[in-house]
Amino acid sequence: MTAATLAALWSHWRRNPLQLFTLIAGLALATALWSGVQAVNSEARASYDTAAATLGEGQYDQLLPTAGDTIPEGTFIALRRAGWIVGPVVEGQIAGVRLVGIDPLTAPGGLGPVGNGGMDLPQFLAEQPVFANAATAAKLQTLIDAPIVIAPATAPDTAITDIFVAQRLLNGQGQLSRLIVSPDQPLGQPPLAQIAPDLTRRAAQGGSDVGRLTDSFHLNLTAFGLLSFAVGIFIVHGAIGLAFEQRRTMIRTLRALGMPLRRLVMLMASELMVFALIGGLIGVCLGYLVAASLLPDVAATLKGLYGAQVSGTLQLRPSWWLSGMGISVLGTGIAATGALLSVARMPLLASAQPRAWATARGNARRIQVMVSLGLLLIAGLLAVFGEGLIMGFGLLACLLIGAALALPLVLDVTLRMAQRFAKGVTAQWFWADTRQQLPGLSLALMALLLAMAANVGVSTMVSSFRLTFTGFLDQRLASELYVSTENAAQATALEEFVAPRTSEILPRLYVETELAGLPAEIYSARIGRTYRENWQFLAEAPQVWDRVAAGEAVLVNEQLARRAGLWVGDDLALATDVVLPIAGVFGDYGNPMGQAMVSEDLFNALHPTAQSTQFGLRTDDPQGLRDALIRDFGLSDQSITDQAQIKAFSLSVFERTFTVTAALNILTLSVAGFAIFMSLLTLAAMRVPQLAPAWALGLTRRRLGQLELIRAVVLAVLTALLALPLGLALAWVLLAVVNVEAFGWRLPMYVFPRDYAVLGLFALVAAVLAAAWPARRLAHTPPADLLKVFANGR
Amino acid sequence: MLLSVKSLEKSYAGAEGSVPVLRGIDMDVATGETLALTGESGSGKSTLLHLIGGLDTADAGTIFLDGHDIAQMDDAGRAAVRRASVGIIFQQFNLIPSLDVTANIAFQARLAGVYDRQEATALATSLGLADHLHKYPEQLSGGQQQRVAIARALAAKPRLILADEPTGNLDEETAAEVMAQMLSLVSQTGSALVMVTHSPRLAGQMGRQLHLRQGQLA
Amino acid sequence: MAVKSFLFALALSLTAPVVALAQGFAGMGSEAQGFATPSLGTPLSFPADHGPHPDYRIEWWYVTANMTGPDGTAYGLQWTLFRSALAPFATQGWDSPQIWLGNAAVTTPEAHYTSERLARGGTGQAGVIAAPFEAWIDEWHMRGDTVDTLQLRAAGTQFSYDVTLEAQGPLILHGQDGYSVKSQQGQASYYYSQPSYALSGTLTLPQGEVAVTGSAWLDREWSSQPLASDQTGWDWFSISFDGGEKLMGFRLRQADDSYYTSGTWITAEGDTTALPDGSFDATVLEVSDVGGRDVPTRWQVRVPDYDVDITVEALNPQAWMDMSIPYWEGPVQISGNRTGVGYLEMTGYD
Repeated sequence: MTAATLAALWSHWRRNPLQLFTLIAGLALATALWSGVQAVNSEARASYDTAAATLGEGQYDQLLPTAGDTIPEGTFIALRRAGWIVGPVVEGQIAGVRLVGIDPLTAPGGLGPVGNGGMDLPQFLAEQPVFANAATAAKLQTLIDAPIVIAPATAPDTAITDIFVAQRLLNGQGQLSRLIVSPDQPLGQPPLAQIAPDLTRRAAQGGSDVGRLTDSFHLNLTAFGLLSFAVGIFIVHGAIGLAFEQRRTMIRTLRALGMPLRRLVMLMASELMVFALIGGLIGVCLGYLVAASLLPDVAATLKGLYGAQVSGTLQLRPSWWLSGMGISVLGTGIAATGALLSVARMPLLASAQPRAWATARGNARRIQVMVSLGLLLIAGLLAVFGEGLIMGFGLLACLLIGAALALPLVLDVTLRMAQRFAKGVTAQWFWADTRQQLPGLSLALMALLLAMAANVGVSTMVSSFRLTFTGFLDQRLASELYVSTENAAQATALEEFVAPRTSEILPRLYVETELAGLPAEIYSARIGRTYRENWQFLAEAPQVWDRVAAGEAVLVNEQLARRAGLWVGDDLALATDVVLPIAGVFGDYGNPMGQAMVSEDLFNALHPTAQSTQFGLRTDDPQGLRDALIRDFGLSDQSITDQAQIKAFSLSVFERTFTVTAALNILTLSVAGFAIFMSLLTLAAMRVPQLAPAWALGLTRRRLGQLELIRAVVLAVLTALLALPLGLALAWVLLAVVNVEAFGWRLPMYVFPRDYAVLGLFALVAAVLAAAWPARRLAHTPPADLLKVFANGR
Repeated sequence: MLLSVKSLEKSYAGAEGSVPVLRGIDMDVATGETLALTGESGSGKSTLLHLIGGLDTADAGTIFLDGHDIAQMDDAGRAAVRRASVGIIFQQFNLIPSLDVTANIAFQARLAGVYDRQEATALATSLGLADHLHKYPEQLSGGQQQRVAIARALAAKPRLILADEPTGNLDEETAAEVMAQMLSLVSQTGSALVMVTHSPRLAGQMGRQLHLRQGQLA
Repeated sequence: MAVKSFLFALALSLTAPVVALAQGFAGMGSEAQGFATPSLGTPLSFPADHGPHPDYRIEWWYVTANMTGPDGTAYGLQWTLFRSALAPFATQGWDSPQIWLGNAAVTTPEAHYTSERLARGGTGQAGVIAAPFEAWIDEWHMRGDTVDTLQLRAAGTQFSYDVTLEAQGPLILHGQDGYSVKSQQGQASYYYSQPSYALSGTLTLPQGEVAVTGSAWLDREWSSQPLASDQTGWDWFSISFDGGEKLMGFRLRQADDSYYTSGTWITAEGDTTALPDGSFDATVLEVSDVGGRDVPTRWQVRVPDYDVDITVEALNPQAWMDMSIPYWEGPVQISGNRTGVGYLEMTGYD
């Protein structure tokens, strides 16, 4: 019985392969985008986790030097002998590779390859190997005099070795970079200040440092993954709805011939699950390809923006298979529940009557409008009262889904008005006929709306960001030359050397510390013409620079201000006995850290040992000064950067950040175009009876084909027009809500009408491309087929 | 007695409350008997046929088919009766559009687990379908489609065949041909036949006639 | 107290499971390439021999103590510093082949608190100096002008102790003038003890501070290959009888279920007699479930030559040392034809 029924159910797909293709392709595309994005995300996360586990950065508190960047070994021994359970780390760069030396005996549990099954301790200590992944090992091979062991789990561009080897390779005997604090400390431990007053304790970052920063970027990606998935599910929903509708008479016949309803529904559900699994499987494979092609960009983006190291190659993880298949099955379930329910509820005898279906649809439409209004209302409430990143994304979801659900109604009303004002019988018929097509096309149009809106929203965000950031760089990178020296002595000499040759010397000097309970930096500012003329504030008090210069006030960046809930006029404690009012808040785009800025004198009083080794130099003759520094002072060419270079680098970093987003945008738009194409194609077959009367009354088939094309364009244009405000709303949420929550800064929103026009054009092209073939088919329908409509009724 | 209907009642919900369609029907059909149900539109003859075929549920009364009261059965039970004991031939031919003629004829027999390929082919041949076995319903004329539906009903070897205006969609000449073939085959198989028709001429070809008027047997 | 040697090799292979049992504990029975081996007739020399012997593979400074609080509650403590050499020499700096491992514990009738430290030699984080005596790892130390008067400190996340030890008698040399044989094949170690410290000081426990008094026992042992390859573990007893006599005895379990036993009988005056193989007898009376392992926690110990027939019972059967190298070490109470207190150490039960 089951076999016979399955054969009957399957015969439908065999006779309608296009529908089957749409269904599977929709599922595959949806899953592909979702799992591709997830793959990129999880690959990046895995990379951070490896790095964090290797270096103990995320899990453990650390002790860092208050000034300079080394800790004498004696301090480590003194701490241990006072009962501080800390593990030493030596860090340095060799040919762009971060070499990390640890002491496996004192490193808190299972750091690095030692003790993780890679190699046992005596062997590690005896052979003194350097662990690195294959790519890093290849880089180091000829550069270091130590055996290199390939450990694939090692973070990219990182090499791990024993502390002794690291000190030898880095020429840093007796010096440590930082100390990792074990979470288990013994009783009776004296305070840190008593043993090592030159060290600062930095709290564990709760996950890795980079992980927290890059989370917002991943969140962005995930949102797009979900959006793409939603677009795909619209397609699947359409395909399933159509297939079920077409199989209604078959379902009735099957039941009349003795197939129990429950068994039938179960079989149909399992049939769909099989499709979901097949679609999911294809989707995960496609997603892998998407991820593989995006990953180099993502890696570059993250590396540039956050300094995080992401492995450029993809590893296929079992979790993607699971999550890909899972989301495919889930999506199919969501898309098919309505159709299956209606089959289950359909009375055996009434089912063949199309009216019943139409009434059910009428109800569904009312519900759809209600849900849409409800979601938009929630979106409004969230925009006003919501707080936090999750709320921001909730707002996005409500806004987008609510708008998508409202689309058919809005289009219907618009078309009705067009019909009313139409002149001529053809035009009236055209509008009426377009309205009639709406239900069949609405899912595809919703997909287009979402894709367009996402495109508008993201391009607005990216362009706003770029505009703001370029302006910010112009103001911030005012110095013509930036110079690095190797040590304090050279720095002092440099200041003396350049003093007569420059109009201003701006040392770059800061310490990492905690402000208002948050990790932050305190910057020293040598306040002069450059600061006074170039610096712009988001908010400022009168005589801001005079007060800061006098050491009576402090400046904070927007990140610190927002995170700590401080603003101009509030007090900020820089040290236990130094509390100053905030005189200004400045934009600090791209910096993950909170920052406070004080006058050079005050900074020196707070941190007398800190000394700058980097300087910005103001000059009218950058080339001349550069030559003098190299020729007369003996600086290397690499230690001098000019402003243009830094600006170009900073801009390229931000350009790359959004390459991935742009790629996803194009993919999403393509998926929406595909949805329109498939809808039109399936509608085309059902169109013949509707078009036959128009043809019989004197419209040529060619004219009918043209009208079909025009209809697609009209619908696409209308949808695009609706997508514009939705996209702008999306951009506002991204800039003013999500960005603030994720990054800590708010961006002014700029509008780019030309970009939107181009996008609209793209959507139009997509619609025309999608409609072209179905319209052509229609224009070439044999007259016999049209006549058949009249020959036998139903 | 193959079929025994007692005090059968059925009403439908209408715009102004419940509308009675069948009001206390009693009837019996013996094995091998042919019976015509006649009556005007809305007299309830199709509803009666649906109830006998287990397509719908009665409000009151009993329908004993082969000794089982199908009026009391749930969906799964009635489905089992339909596939094993009843063959239904509709006015609209109700073939499965995506299956070819052979598969359509085989379908109910396979559901009931009594499919015999040779018998089915013989049946199709005797109905003049031999040249169309691998065509799909849309490629057949109305008369051919109804012959397929008849073959499908008979291939499952039901004890009772129900036909609802089986020739209603066919032209007169074809209708007569199809009718003759159906009656001939039914008499060969020994099944009982209950046919709804509004045509007195077709009713006259049946062994017995029952006339319905406003939900009651006249 | 050669039992402890097995700990060492294990310390060196923190990740290696105890697959090495078949050839003695984690390589303790393996060859000692390049390392010095104990030889009979080499007299010990003090204070130099209180310090480290880097040319021997393993060495320990091992203190156990039985104590009572003001309310009569019994406590035990352990302070151990192990030295394990990857190569038979010492250098200054991170490339020193000397590895140090500290274990500390406090045992109460209800609880057992432990802590562990690891360090590399050559940096100053851990080490031993013979005179004035100091043994340390991190903030833990055992120090005094001589080993006769020692201050002993250690701490973990839940406990700490700070006690003073005063020697009440002479050093005891085990075996033949400190040359202690560990198997019929002749594996041996240098082994001496100070079994008669009077102890006073303070324990800090989660419940608060406890003033304690009692007795302590220092074991010093070094070797390069103390166990034979077919020895799978060991049960070691140090017992102080109420009459002032002391007994050290151990039983090395061998793969064929036979034992090699040894021991030292110490009179109240500090005179010693070595107990030859077979004259010290220990029999398991009761086994406890310790975290899923079967560990003997009640023993019958007999030394017929000295009229010893006693029951040795753990103060807290759960005194498992869940360290890099796991073992059981805890205070015991003595009953039978003599009474007293002591310490029991058992290895190879994990």
